[in-house]
Amino acid sequence: MTDLLTPVLSEHWGEQGSWKLSRYEATGGYRAARKAMAMDPADIIATVKDAGLRGRGGAGFPTGMKWSFVPQDNPNPKYLVVNADESEPGTCKDMPLLLANPHSLVEGIIIACRAINSHQAFIYCRGEVLHVIRRLQQAVREAYAAGYLGRNVFGSGYDVDLIVHAGAGAYICGEETALLDSLEGRRGQPRLRPPFPAVAGLYASPTVVNNVESIASVPSIIEHGKDWFQSMGTEKSKGYTIYSLSGHVANPGQFEAPMGITMRQLLELAGGIRAGHELKFFTPGGSSTPILTPEHLDVPLDYEGMASVGTMLGTKALQCFDDTTSVVRTTLRFVEFYKHESCGKCTPCREGSWWLVQLLMRFEQGTAQEGDVDKLLDICEQIGGKSFCALADGAVACVTSAVRHFREEFEQGYHTPAWELFPYEKSALFAQEGAK
Amino acid sequence: MSVDAKTSAEVQPRPDLVNLTIDGVPVSVPKGTLIIRAAEMIGTNIPRFCDHPLLDPVGACRQCMVDIPDAGNGRGFPKPQASCTMPVAEGMVVNTQVTSEVAKKAQQGIMEFLLINHPLDCPICDKGGECPLQNQALSHGRGESRFGGLKRTFPKPVNVSAQILLDRERCVLCARCTRFSEQISGDPFIALVERGALQQVGIYEQDPYESYFSGNVVQICPVGALTSAAYRFQSRPFDLVSTTTTCEHCAAGCELRTDHRHHQVKRRLAGNNPAINEEWNCDKGRFGFVSAREDRLKYPLVRRDGVLKPASWPEAIDAAVEGLKKAGEAVGVQTGGRLTVENALGYSRFARAVLGTNNIDFRSRPSSDEEAQFLGAFVAGRAQLRYSDLDAAKRVVLVAFEPEDEMPIAFLRLRKLVRKQGLRVQTIAPFASVGSRKLSAELIAAAPGGEAAALESLTDLDGSAIILVGERAATLPGLLSTVARVADSTGARVAWMPRRAGDKGALDAGCLPGLLPGGRPVTDVAARVDVASAWGVDSLPAGPGLAADEQFAALAAGTLKAVVVAGVEPGDLADPAAALAGLEAADFVVSIEQRPSEVTERADVVFPAALVEEQSGHFRNWEGQDLTVGLVTTATQTPFTDLRILAALADALGKPLGMRTPAAAWTAFHELQDWDGGRPAAPAVAPAAAGEGLVLAGWRELLDASRGNDGEIALRATARRPVLRVSPATAERLGLDEVARVAANGRELVLPVVVTADMVDDVVWAPLNPGEDRLAVVPGRPVAVTAVTFEGGEDA
Amino acid sequence: MSGHFESFFPESGSVDYSDQSTNIDETTMAELRELAGRYPQPRSALLPMLHLVQSVDGRVSPRGIEACAEVLGISTAQVSGVATFYTMYKRRPAGKQHVGVCTTALCAVMGGDILLDRAKRKLGIDEGQTTPDGQISLERLECNAACDFAPVMMVNWEFFDNMTPEKADELLDKLMRDEEVVSPRGATITSWKEAERVLAGFPDGRADEGPSAGEASLLGRRIAEERGWKAPTPGASAEPTAQKESEQ
Repeated sequence: MTDLLTPVLSEHWGEQGSWKLSRYEATGGYRAARKAMAMDPADIIATVKDAGLRGRGGAGFPTGMKWSFVPQDNPNPKYLVVNADESEPGTCKDMPLLLANPHSLVEGIIIACRAINSHQAFIYCRGEVLHVIRRLQQAVREAYAAGYLGRNVFGSGYDVDLIVHAGAGAYICGEETALLDSLEGRRGQPRLRPPFPAVAGLYASPTVVNNVESIASVPSIIEHGKDWFQSMGTEKSKGYTIYSLSGHVANPGQFEAPMGITMRQLLELAGGIRAGHELKFFTPGGSSTPILTPEHLDVPLDYEGMASVGTMLGTKALQCFDDTTSVVRTTLRFVEFYKHESCGKCTPCREGSWWLVQLLMRFEQGTAQEGDVDKLLDICEQIGGKSFCALADGAVACVTSAVRHFREEFEQGYHTPAWELFPYEKSALFAQEGAK
Repeated sequence: MSVDAKTSAEVQPRPDLVNLTIDGVPVSVPKGTLIIRAAEMIGTNIPRFCDHPLLDPVGACRQCMVDIPDAGNGRGFPKPQASCTMPVAEGMVVNTQVTSEVAKKAQQGIMEFLLINHPLDCPICDKGGECPLQNQALSHGRGESRFGGLKRTFPKPVNVSAQILLDRERCVLCARCTRFSEQISGDPFIALVERGALQQVGIYEQDPYESYFSGNVVQICPVGALTSAAYRFQSRPFDLVSTTTTCEHCAAGCELRTDHRHHQVKRRLAGNNPAINEEWNCDKGRFGFVSAREDRLKYPLVRRDGVLKPASWPEAIDAAVEGLKKAGEAVGVQTGGRLTVENALGYSRFARAVLGTNNIDFRSRPSSDEEAQFLGAFVAGRAQLRYSDLDAAKRVVLVAFEPEDEMPIAFLRLRKLVRKQGLRVQTIAPFASVGSRKLSAELIAAAPGGEAAALESLTDLDGSAIILVGERAATLPGLLSTVARVADSTGARVAWMPRRAGDKGALDAGCLPGLLPGGRPVTDVAARVDVASAWGVDSLPAGPGLAADEQFAALAAGTLKAVVVAGVEPGDLADPAAALAGLEAADFVVSIEQRPSEVTERADVVFPAALVEEQSGHFRNWEGQDLTVGLVTTATQTPFTDLRILAALADALGKPLGMRTPAAAWTAFHELQDWDGGRPAAPAVAPAAAGEGLVLAGWRELLDASRGNDGEIALRATARRPVLRVSPATAERLGLDEVARVAANGRELVLPVVVTADMVDDVVWAPLNPGEDRLAVVPGRPVAVTAVTFEGGEDA
Repeated sequence: MSGHFESFFPESGSVDYSDQSTNIDETTMAELRELAGRYPQPRSALLPMLHLVQSVDGRVSPRGIEACAEVLGISTAQVSGVATFYTMYKRRPAGKQHVGVCTTALCAVMGGDILLDRAKRKLGIDEGQTTPDGQISLERLECNAACDFAPVMMVNWEFFDNMTPEKADELLDKLMRDEEVVSPRGATITSWKEAERVLAGFPDGRADEGPSAGEASLLGRRIAEERGWKAPTPGASAEPTAQKESEQ
């Protein structure tokens, strides 16, 4: 057994200057990149593949396999694009990682570029995080100055260029093809697949799009080996990862742990639900993953564990809501988010979210009509799986899972406003603080 | 494609096709076929909005959901899939709404979503009655909506151009219009703007959707969101009577659907002819049909005491016959580009067999002997290349030809080939025009007059290349000779690209002085015998005929006494003043025309001729394809076509024309199209030495002051603003800043100056028919250019 | 209560043409071209270029759209389509300081709704508006990736964590009075325009300000440190259990 928490990426967070090249190198940084430059690209891919690293951005696709899909006989340039558009409600792991340890990403990018034979990488970072972007820009500048980026990196004869690119406010750009359109200076709307980005991505050239945490995990795998990585985690979900606990817990925060830790263990580390309250429900991996309830506290938080209870590991963003919370209210607010962020391209998402919001508002106001719960579910059925991309599926998942677990609470929306059932001020953090 | 609705046991799978099953019916289609189209093969129409066979698939509306229990690999999709984006696969099983409740429910769900924010204002919507949303809501939707919330509302409508209006509430955001503008015409001046529920089609206010092809977006809009100022609130679709016909505005040969109500044409839509215009047309062809509405000539006019006065048909015919008889054989005939093949043949035969002269010319524009020789040697009486030859070409060289302005559908075809097949386009021109840039054309820069040398500099031409040479080559000495020689030496193929719908037909009907029908040289005895016997006359005149400008000169000199003119605008000619002087000096002028013009004003007898929608016949497009002109309305405002008028005149002259109906003329035309005798030799004119000083470049833009655009205010409002273009060096040398005057031969144009980076030095480009003011000089000739300033008067 | 549902959109689809003012000059044009030159294909620079336009004009101005279209050789409608897609691009001048309050589900429940309501009343403006003196603009935010610090506010896209009504009042007071404000996980607040310039890709030299991480970010690491938990030692995976026991 490994330890309950295994800080790797977060090991040096909090140390003054942790974001600087000098500090990163003082704690072993860029050793992996040097090592990788001497490796056969195929071996880099094999190592990452064998380590069992799976995408940390939500879908869990094996990272090494994604790299191996890049057709090397394609005459076009190959591109690596790092998805730092962290916007899924509840998800808050990549931003602290980039604030405190941007060089782990830069190093991972250098290695990944070598693996897929790319000379040009991009970090597409959401725009609404100024200081994160400052730190990224500086890390890249430092890496160029040190000869770790640019021409002939580490004296290897290999060139890698890296551009830090700020988005401008659009959740949909976390979807990889929308991200590519956005990075091409277009509206961030998802593309038809096929062709998949590995074949025709950025500028219609072979492109790998990886999450920040996935790429930042690569240096440790290269440095310590696949066995080391595999010694953490569960049978099919290998390695360590960052879990983000937020909401009505005593001490919210980030926990870097082997895959498969349980919600009960994390809650204990976080000091439990805030005093005097009980956990009512939580999202396992952001708002797009169907919610879970206290009965799921002991299910391993890995890809398989979450699938076994009808949800997804997603981004491991565990938003906890206590017994003061109206699930009707949170569902409405989540769906409002999806309505706001729907790109507008396809009918079910654009129009369905418009309708869902209005219907859920009636539930919140206590003016829904008998039968509206079934109507709500039927509209979700009309949306789910019919839309162009997965955004609408996320909207649907949070509604259907909420109704599955709390149907009677929705039915109360036929006559009673949610704020009467669950006075909203009781859910607020500072109501609690005031009481202390 | 092949479709077989037999049971699977009877079907022989073809190895080159993909075999799948749709609704239990085995279907074999080519690889890459989309499911939605494979279903059409067995007569199943899957509802759709964003799908359009000529646009790249987008999968946005999600209306065309089908159930796919087996994707061909033994595994099915757990959820319905959009059939407009998924290609077929071997062994695939598809169930549409016809057999699948899953597909049906998915489609009904999408339809319900599309309607929640739709205003349902069908009773006041122009699209009502021909609306895919309305129709498919009835056929594939539920009877009632469960939506009880607030609908999205916008101020409406908004003008995206002077011609095109947008009602955002009706829009289903299928993006057909934006994809058309970006993919097909390359004019992305409309775009999707905003996001999510607010997403809408928009423009940037200062740059409205001014595209030569903007009307197509109205036609492909599957709802009533896009309407045209021209047709808005004019009619209900079910009150219209439709006729398939051919556009008269250029030589592309676009199929049209012309709709009339109460015998007035209300609108024209692009017809569907995959070999020519696919499903598109240009705005001139779509909207340019009202020009004769205000000032139509409806009855004959005869000049009495110096004044044109209304006359009866017999009076007018008598007057014309008297004048023509007096002139004898000292008479000329001039025809313009509006004529159908049948009418053109009428004029040819009228000139040669009735009047006994070879003085006939269809070129109501600057022309040359070199051109006549070129046309005789290579074009007349022959099929040219076809659009499909362009499809197969590796490279196209444009010579004195701007397809977007001069033949818009050829432009769309080239653009499609550039986009889809990587066709290489080169243009020999003084600068890369807007159209050339949209073709990603390589500019082979040449000042007017330098085209021949530029063409000769292309040393790597071969049989995979096609040279498209425009009518403007006529006035550039040596160019057509060079084109012919280069084609001969390299194997490159050539097509002559006339500008007017009637040009190729008139050429083949014998409307050049030296050419009888079918391209027979008038100097060839056998040819004359051929034609004379077909026409039932003893002999035909053998002497050389006069070309158009020669006729005007001869009229002025008194050697020619009379002239019969149809469809000629003197302003279009190289020397308008000489033309007008010739008409004024003539003893007798017969004008056969639809509307008052500078010719009718000077005529002694004016006959009103039928409009194109009032007659049947054919246009022979640039390829040499014969395309049907359909009789749109039988309630004509004048009884006679050009042909019928000529027949009446011939009868009165005592020498029957031998044909008076389009059908008879059509038969007569075809009797004379086969000619295997000699042809004129290729021209061998040497290019002129480069002139000194500033020379004019220019062409007629599509939406200009041409009379076909008259009366269509919204259409004219979307025209490009006329400008003068000069190179930076020339601007500097001449001190040109904002506005300049270009002058020659006593006429001038004052227009804004656009300094154009890739313009050849010492050239000024000007549109040739921008409005009231118009130059009277052909490209390649010297002009004077001076700066115009508004403060301290004009610069010297 | 949610209640921010609108269905009539009298003004949408474009930037504000009625205000043609601009500060874009040759220097800006040169910087726009520089941005375009940083990418393999120039159009990729459009988002940063629009950030730069905002840093100069305080919004996406009509001239800004035209300038981007000119530099990139695309149509103004295409630029407008992009400028109106992303929420960070403002049609009307933003305040010197741009304040956001997160009201996505978790922040809303934990107090974001109350904070937004209070900020509106305190500033006397609605969301999407700017105070008459041009000092502060207010925006309702969707999730800003700081849920472990909920409820969250942002000033010029710098984090203000674990907000309370009192802290929010103090923050707004200081911003209104133009007093120095420092983000607990970022730098000294400058101005929204200056922030936009950084986002465009022109750093302001403030990357080293502020801490490495906030308290919540460090929670797991701190617990691990306290309890002696760490990732396995490389190469020692043969007997990981024994290793763990020995470390404890």
